[in-house]
Amino acid sequence: MTETPADRPDDPPVPPVDPDVDLHLPRQRAELRQAPWSTLAAISVGGVIGALARYGLAEAFPRPAGGFPWATFATNAAGCALIGVLMVLITETRRAHRLTRPFLGAGVLGGFTTFSAYIADIGRLAAEGAPGLALVYLSATALAAVAAVHLAAAGTRAITRPRRTDPAAGEAA
Amino acid sequence: MSALLVALGAAVGAPLRYLADRAVQARHDATFPWGTFTVNTAGSALLGLLLALPVDGWVTALAGTGFCGALTTYSTFAYETVRLAGNGERLRAILNVAASIAGGLGAAWCGTLLAQALS
Repeated sequence: MTETPADRPDDPPVPPVDPDVDLHLPRQRAELRQAPWSTLAAISVGGVIGALARYGLAEAFPRPAGGFPWATFATNAAGCALIGVLMVLITETRRAHRLTRPFLGAGVLGGFTTFSAYIADIGRLAAEGAPGLALVYLSATALAAVAAVHLAAAGTRAITRPRRTDPAAGEAA
Repeated sequence: MSALLVALGAAVGAPLRYLADRAVQARHDATFPWGTFTVNTAGSALLGLLLALPVDGWVTALAGTGFCGALTTYSTFAYETVRLAGNGERLRAILNVAASIAGGLGAAWCGTLLAQALS
């Protein structure tokens, strides 16, 4: 192992806290200066794809007055599971193209999931005379989201781990 | 038609989230994800304002579903919470969830009040 950290400055010591952009990583700190338009375009195109999928689900499963916002709940939970899978794949198991994280993470999944509609749904439920359901929705989404990230990441790690038993295999690509 | 407006709003909202996140994260060195907190709070305030204003459906599709929806994120918020907890910062993880939800609700309420004052 002759490699020094300087040879691969983009390898994080631990996975980043912020999946969209972690400025502790030199590669991510430099990405906007080195390729501003391709990075922003990848996020923009990804955001459109994610938002259209969210919009389609919301149109297909409209929330009845006073009812549980299933479409937003499912969208956010699914998006959280997918970011758990994505981040393990691109930070722990393989080296990804530099636009993979901006496109899929910040773009598609960031555009698919939504915090503003979640907050608006809580307010609407309370205003419709269902404060109990608002509280259930508030807690259920937060718990499902955190559990989805955790379980999806752990599952992806368990599935991909056998590939990493041979240290040479990780360097071959 | 609405789908096109949603797409337009998201095309701007998603990269703006990335730029705002970067701008906020460049100004501090704490592990707390202030960048995501900022975009989620701002997007919640704007959506609260929009939904309380007597606006047409196309405005809601463009600025609400498209722009605010893409400006804010649940996946990044939840991932950061799990990372904080995984890094041994359980208190910060819990604070992130509590502050983000309380901040979002407070911001949306302020947006609603502003809308009522305006109309």
